[in-house]
Amino acid sequence: MLEAYPDNRPARIFLWSFCALVMAFLMLPTLVVVPLSFSSSNLLEFPPRAYSLRWYEAFFGSATWMAALRTSLILGTLTAIVAVPLGLLACISINRLGGKAAATIQGILLTPSIVPGILLAIGLFFVLAAQHLVGTLFGVLVGHVVLAIPVACIVLLPALARFDWNQVQAARSLGANWARAIGGIIVPQLQISLLSATLMAFLTSLDESVISIFVASGQNSTLPKLMFLSLRDQIDPTIAAISTLWTVIVVAVVLIVTLRQKS
Amino acid sequence: MKSLPITIDSVRKTFGSYVALDDVSLDIQAGEFLTLLGPSGSGKTTLLMALAGFVRPDRGKLLLGDRDITRLAPNKRDIGIVFQNYALFPHMNVLANVEYPLVLRKVPKAEARQRALDTLARVKLEGLAERNIAALSGGQRQRVALARAIVFEPRVMLMDEPLSALDKNLRETMQYEIRRLHDDLGITTIYVTHDQREALTMSDRVAVMNSGRIQQIDTPQRIYDRPSTRFVAEFMGEANIVAPGSVRRMDGADESREALMIRAESLHLDTELVGRDGVALEGILSAKAFRGENWLLTLALDGGQEVLACIPAALAGGCTELAAGQRVTVYAPAAKVHAIPGAIA
Repeated sequence: MLEAYPDNRPARIFLWSFCALVMAFLMLPTLVVVPLSFSSSNLLEFPPRAYSLRWYEAFFGSATWMAALRTSLILGTLTAIVAVPLGLLACISINRLGGKAAATIQGILLTPSIVPGILLAIGLFFVLAAQHLVGTLFGVLVGHVVLAIPVACIVLLPALARFDWNQVQAARSLGANWARAIGGIIVPQLQISLLSATLMAFLTSLDESVISIFVASGQNSTLPKLMFLSLRDQIDPTIAAISTLWTVIVVAVVLIVTLRQKS
Repeated sequence: MKSLPITIDSVRKTFGSYVALDDVSLDIQAGEFLTLLGPSGSGKTTLLMALAGFVRPDRGKLLLGDRDITRLAPNKRDIGIVFQNYALFPHMNVLANVEYPLVLRKVPKAEARQRALDTLARVKLEGLAERNIAALSGGQRQRVALARAIVFEPRVMLMDEPLSALDKNLRETMQYEIRRLHDDLGITTIYVTHDQREALTMSDRVAVMNSGRIQQIDTPQRIYDRPSTRFVAEFMGEANIVAPGSVRRMDGADESREALMIRAESLHLDTELVGRDGVALEGILSAKAFRGENWLLTLALDGGQEVLACIPAALAGGCTELAAGQRVTVYAPAAKVHAIPGAIA
């Protein structure tokens, strides 16, 4: 690993400063909302002239925001619960099938993550409309699961490729049916990848706004949808407060999961 | 434990245009130790996997006793399998691996534990029950795999090149132990290998396979001494296959019209080691090599054909003086000269 780093001092300083700049470029747009959220002003202004917690109070005090938060968390959880097992089964099939058929199925399975979100949302709107599911939590869940399956598969496919399939055959020969072989042999050994897939599926749903804007409504509005709407209607620093909280939560979850994997 | 016979009835399996099993039929007796021997791609593993239930034959039937298992799910076959890479479960310790088939069969906990411990003792692994799989040596893993495959008292055991990952000494020990285990349990065993010595050492009968067909099925001795095809003759060891014209019967009797197989170690320099009805081959010595326990002589017969003679060092007094280019005659006893119909040398 270490030979990737240059030996001489100037080169090393250049390398480290370049990396620091890239990191700053990645992080700053996210971090700029943090001071905004503690502003006491009614407007989004940077830097804030005075500080307060009033926008956090506004957020937690609002029934609408709280309902949206609840919806988003429920939806994220349900998405992970549905998408990860489906993704795992799909990945097992792809892994076993091999050849052109598997490559084709894999391609189809990954399209939702490649197609522009807006197209997917429009298509989904018409499909759900035909079933009278627009505006229901179930409708949004379907949309999020469609997006989360490819995400889960991207994590699970390489893990399965490293898995020794003879173990499943051994379990089968010893008397395990498919469900027990998957549950008792594959799942425990793919624990870490499954945890990552679950997290990624959860975050995919949590972060998703386009499908939610098209399909979710009223009580079932998700947090990102409500944030878009409120940005359009009235700009106040509540958005900054929510964004800050959001970032903290997501970073915390990712950190906890990655640190657990390391240990 | 009651073991069962196996009947393989014209089983065919193709993968695309590749014929892995070409109408294979084979009867294995209850309690028999049968080895499927062949080069890679001969179909031996495909046949084993068909018996295990992981390969579905295109046609043909597989019977366990008188029960048709051709389409039975692998978990309902009650067949113990030892895989080439052992396929132990790395997330369970030794005991949990061995208990696994019993847990699946809902054997009460205490009984399952006792049976697993007894089986571990049988394969000489007492004291290692709590070990992790990663902490075991290759030979110990092999034993755990064996224990796991027999603990639920299956009526048939399948072994897919189980010793190929072990070093030579350990392999020989395990050959002996697997055979002993088979004799103790009396379990019908089908053993796959590409190592002809292993097949000869361990088996009641050997089925030699090539390109999806069984070439010959016989006792180890008959497979070695009386091969029915040129392929079997050459696969089983250093075989000279010579045209009948290059061989002279020492008693002057009529010569065979068929190609003859003479193993390199059946040839002698000394007429007295060969009976009156033996045969003689004459040619020019083209090379000689000392190999420790024996000398390897290469002779060019007058017909241009090459013959290898393997002379035990203890009997090879004359070998040191022989020089390349010299005319040499080698002799073989009649019992070691075997005609192979249809194999034109």
